Amino acid sequence: MSNTAGNGAVLVVGGGISGLTAALEAAEVGNDVFLVEKNAYFGGRVAQLNQYFPKLCPPTCGLEINFKRIKDNRRIRTYTLTTVKSVSGGPGNFEVQLETAPRYINANCTACGDCAQACGEEIADPFNFGMNTTKAVYLPHEMAFPRRYVLAKEACSAASLDAIKAACKYNAVDLDMQPQTFTLKVSSIIWSTGWNPYDPAKITNLNFSSSKAIVTNMMMERLAAANGPTKGKILRPGDGKEPASFAFVQCAGSRDENHLQHCSYICCMATFKQISYIRAQYPDAKIYVFYIDLRTPGKYEHFREKFMADANTTFIKGKVADIVAERDGGVTVTAENAITGAKVHQKVDLCVLATGMEPALGEQGKALNVAMDGNGFVVSDAAKGMLSAGCAKAAVDVYTSGQASTAAALKAIQIGR
Amino acid sequence: MKKVYGAYLCTGCGIGAVLDVDGLKDAASDAGIAMKDHACLCGAEGRAFIEKDIADQGVNTIVVCGCSPRVMQQEFNFGEQTITVRGNLREHVAWTGSLKDDGSVDDFLQEMATDYVRMAVTRAQKTELPAPYKLETISKKILVMGGGIAGLTAAQEAAKAGYEVTLVEKEAQLGGKALGWRKMFPTAYPYADLENPSIQNMVAEVQANGKITVKTGTEVARIGGAPGQFNVTFKTAGAASEWDAPAKVTADQQDLINKGELEDPNKGLQKYTTANPDGEMFGAVVLATGWTPADVSQYEHLGHGKIANVVTNAEFEKLAKNGKVPARVAFVQSPGGKEDDKDFPYCNSVTSMVALKQANYVVEDNPVDGKAYILYQHMRTPGNAEFFYKSMQAKDGVFMTKAAVTKVTAGGGALLVDVEDNLLGENLQLEVDMVVLAAGMIPTTAGANTINLAYRQGPAFLDLDLFDGYADSHFVCFPYETRRTGIYNCGGVRKAETMDETIDDATGAALKAIQCIESANRGVAVHPRSGDQTYPDFFFSRCTQCKRCTEECPFGALDDDEKGTPLPNPTRCRRCGTCMGACPERIINFADYSIDMIGSMVKSIEVPDDDEEKLRVAVFVCENDAYPAIDMSGMHRNKMNRLVRFIPVRCLGSVNMVWIKDAMSSGMDGALLLGCKYGDDYQCHFVKGSEIASRRMENIGETLGSLGLEPERCGVREIAITDYDKLPAIIDEFVEEIVAMGPNPFKGY
Repeated sequence: MSNTAGNGAVLVVGGGISGLTAALEAAEVGNDVFLVEKNAYFGGRVAQLNQYFPKLCPPTCGLEINFKRIKDNRRIRTYTLTTVKSVSGGPGNFEVQLETAPRYINANCTACGDCAQACGEEIADPFNFGMNTTKAVYLPHEMAFPRRYVLAKEACSAASLDAIKAACKYNAVDLDMQPQTFTLKVSSIIWSTGWNPYDPAKITNLNFSSSKAIVTNMMMERLAAANGPTKGKILRPGDGKEPASFAFVQCAGSRDENHLQHCSYICCMATFKQISYIRAQYPDAKIYVFYIDLRTPGKYEHFREKFMADANTTFIKGKVADIVAERDGGVTVTAENAITGAKVHQKVDLCVLATGMEPALGEQGKALNVAMDGNGFVVSDAAKGMLSAGCAKAAVDVYTSGQASTAAALKAIQIGR
Repeated sequence: MKKVYGAYLCTGCGIGAVLDVDGLKDAASDAGIAMKDHACLCGAEGRAFIEKDIADQGVNTIVVCGCSPRVMQQEFNFGEQTITVRGNLREHVAWTGSLKDDGSVDDFLQEMATDYVRMAVTRAQKTELPAPYKLETISKKILVMGGGIAGLTAAQEAAKAGYEVTLVEKEAQLGGKALGWRKMFPTAYPYADLENPSIQNMVAEVQANGKITVKTGTEVARIGGAPGQFNVTFKTAGAASEWDAPAKVTADQQDLINKGELEDPNKGLQKYTTANPDGEMFGAVVLATGWTPADVSQYEHLGHGKIANVVTNAEFEKLAKNGKVPARVAFVQSPGGKEDDKDFPYCNSVTSMVALKQANYVVEDNPVDGKAYILYQHMRTPGNAEFFYKSMQAKDGVFMTKAAVTKVTAGGGALLVDVEDNLLGENLQLEVDMVVLAAGMIPTTAGANTINLAYRQGPAFLDLDLFDGYADSHFVCFPYETRRTGIYNCGGVRKAETMDETIDDATGAALKAIQCIESANRGVAVHPRSGDQTYPDFFFSRCTQCKRCTEECPFGALDDDEKGTPLPNPTRCRRCGTCMGACPERIINFADYSIDMIGSMVKSIEVPDDDEEKLRVAVFVCENDAYPAIDMSGMHRNKMNRLVRFIPVRCLGSVNMVWIKDAMSSGMDGALLLGCKYGDDYQCHFVKGSEIASRRMENIGETLGSLGLEPERCGVREIAITDYDKLPAIIDEFVEEIVAMGPNPFKGY
């Protein structure tokens, strides 16, 4: 397979669970696939999750089998730290310009870790939303695929860079690495660019930046994960307190005229899942959930039922009006109970914002002339050779992403035939 | 292939720093393959070092002892005509230990490494290059069962990719439930307005497609055979046929039938193994037989079936399709009154949308006095469905509230609906002309065989009760897999879905059907061992017809003949090796994974017979999750108990108890299985592997007991891939129990 494998080749943009699925499903039929990912590792948001609902199983298990499938399949070529710069042509004969940012660590890397030992600087760990620091030369996370270090060169002193280079026995540190541009010829493009957590700072009444006791649900995933900043112990960022009470603020930025208008699909289930994390560590903690509707349909109702029965968990139908930082490090959440009409002021030690999904392609998609709807989701249009999958297409859960990605793989294959 | 061996030891990444390299090389030579070392085998120089031997000496069976087989796979892939066997000295040995305080090599660590070298060499000696299983004839046609939106889409999308399709529908016309819709949900941004049904267009497109054969008024009597060559018998819908799929008959039941003590449920039917000479051949099947509206008469306080004008959403749609709907209508979303806020069963998020759609009919048909009341506990309009909810909130005449509906009664020519705990503050009694109950959509797989397989394990999917009757086998990660290879589900048999979801789902199912056919054509496995060229090979002359393999295969891959001898269907097989683990005669093997291979590896572990400090425990490790967890533990430089030896297996289901006996009879002191969680929320990639293995281990424990050995010398631990930091303690705990029991008393004999 070469870079000019145009006939039937599929470009998949975004290597989270949707992109991995679309790429593998197409390749296992027999098509050539290029899978590009802007991060230094594959797995996307799913890699950051502690557990999947409703089975409470580790997402890395599902990623591992997908990575194994990639390693076993010679039809897939993978690129990390790579973004699309331009797209020309049309269905059957796209020409796509891409750029790979310098990793400063080449393919000689064995992930032995000697470089990190030699590195003096630390950076905020992006994988854990900056809740801890990591060495400036680092494995993005321990299950990272490809298992290769990455260097934040700009964070290092010249002396440190020299030490890092000297520490590597395998000549894997390349400080002169430059951005590489290259062109791919493909028949179709699948956008599986996923989502970002909606920026909580934009929801001004929730005062996210006023207190470390306010975290997002994705931060909560990292706090609960054994490979997270607290080794899996749920502690309040900042002072490390063991919280005795929690609030969940549903629809933080979703279903909101001023923010994301869509429902972000997963946040209700994510909250129930996170209640299970809390219960495993703090059997008596008080939990308050402020919601508009509990959207846990179908199979997920069994899961909800289990936690609705919890005597120390209170569900309040009502949208949160504001959150105020308290002097003891906690916060007070204010809402109106829509059923009783009563104003609720609830003081808690830790407040979790169930922030929604914002489509990640955003401005970049506009620049590339990718068709997007009024919410920024990518419109799947087989006639134009442009497909979308997973949360690039609409806010969905992992299971539905699997369906949409498998569907996108077939639509892509049809174009090459 | 005549094997020419080469063994290579990588001393990089700290391996050479903590181990005696010459000792390891000697061990490889003693085991039969001379070994060379290099400071960095995965680098360009290291690979050239190996490639030179391939070029000069024709080496084609390569042992690489260094890092985990999970990394550097491409670097050590020397082409299709070579075999590479990896010994894991980095993650499993060097990174789990260190030199002794005096700077000398730790003999415990060295012995561990030496055993891994011996096992890798043995594996290389026992493995063979696989030759894929090729069907003599293959059909690339796809059978789609069900002619609703899901089936029409699957047929059309498969045809667009170039495949021939036969679409069967039991009704006289195509279209399914959608034929009865007055309007359909919005499908495009801004998702605000209902759309006219597109079902007639979909039907017309399918009928016009030359690649699609449509059979209406037709059902599938039975599906025999296997992917690539399913033999399908059709029949007139509702008719009985001698080719109807036979019910499952267990071995015990068959005995009773033979003795005349039990009536044969399959009397008059062709045997399940008989291929219908008039059957049609297909490569794969898409099951899209949809759903049926739920009966809601059990909720007596709501009055369905007793009170006129209390109807289901399906009945209301029919009214709306045929004419004007009443002016005052209450839509009840949850049946549980004040006690339970769940929706009706089998609703998913579809019935909230249906209520919104039908509320629109009310105000549309009654522009002056139309009043639609939607009484919900939780409005389920996820994702973009939220926009339609919003647009309906703005409609005049549509009233919505969270509410508990406690009673529906008839009175004074109207219906009275008692509503409590609502958003308006006080309890209400609504007077309406009609009450619509949001009944669920019951998958056709919940009550019937549906798929009508002529398989040894019976005509239906297994264990669907774990999935509320939906045709699923691995919720979340493997969305399209069922327990029957080559059969993929979509639409209402998977979950209650909107049309948009159904179209994606059906397109995906079509892809999986195509992929299965192409995989069968290449002679390789489908998910999750996609691309695997090996398959179980049976040495039948030693088969005792015990039927264990036939009964334990999680995927029903094995049929059997009159005597009970298995009839393999390699294209149904997922290559987990559960049959291999089941066979007491040890006659089932794969080219690169066999009873003899693993048994020989176990026996190649050196067991000191006079050193009570050096007990040995064989640990059989599922390669899917437990093995990566051990790797990660090594990455963290966690110490690992040095008395254990890890042996990777395809799935715990493939662990044959003879290996445990091999371990114990060669003097090892214990045996442990590490695999996936089992039970209702199983994580086993092959569904049943870890569960079956645990059962077998219990039995072997009893056998040990009868020999005077402690049954606790054999154990099973469930490991998640994320348990890497807990793993050393789990292993230590098991080993400590063994140490407390003392050495295997049969050691040295």
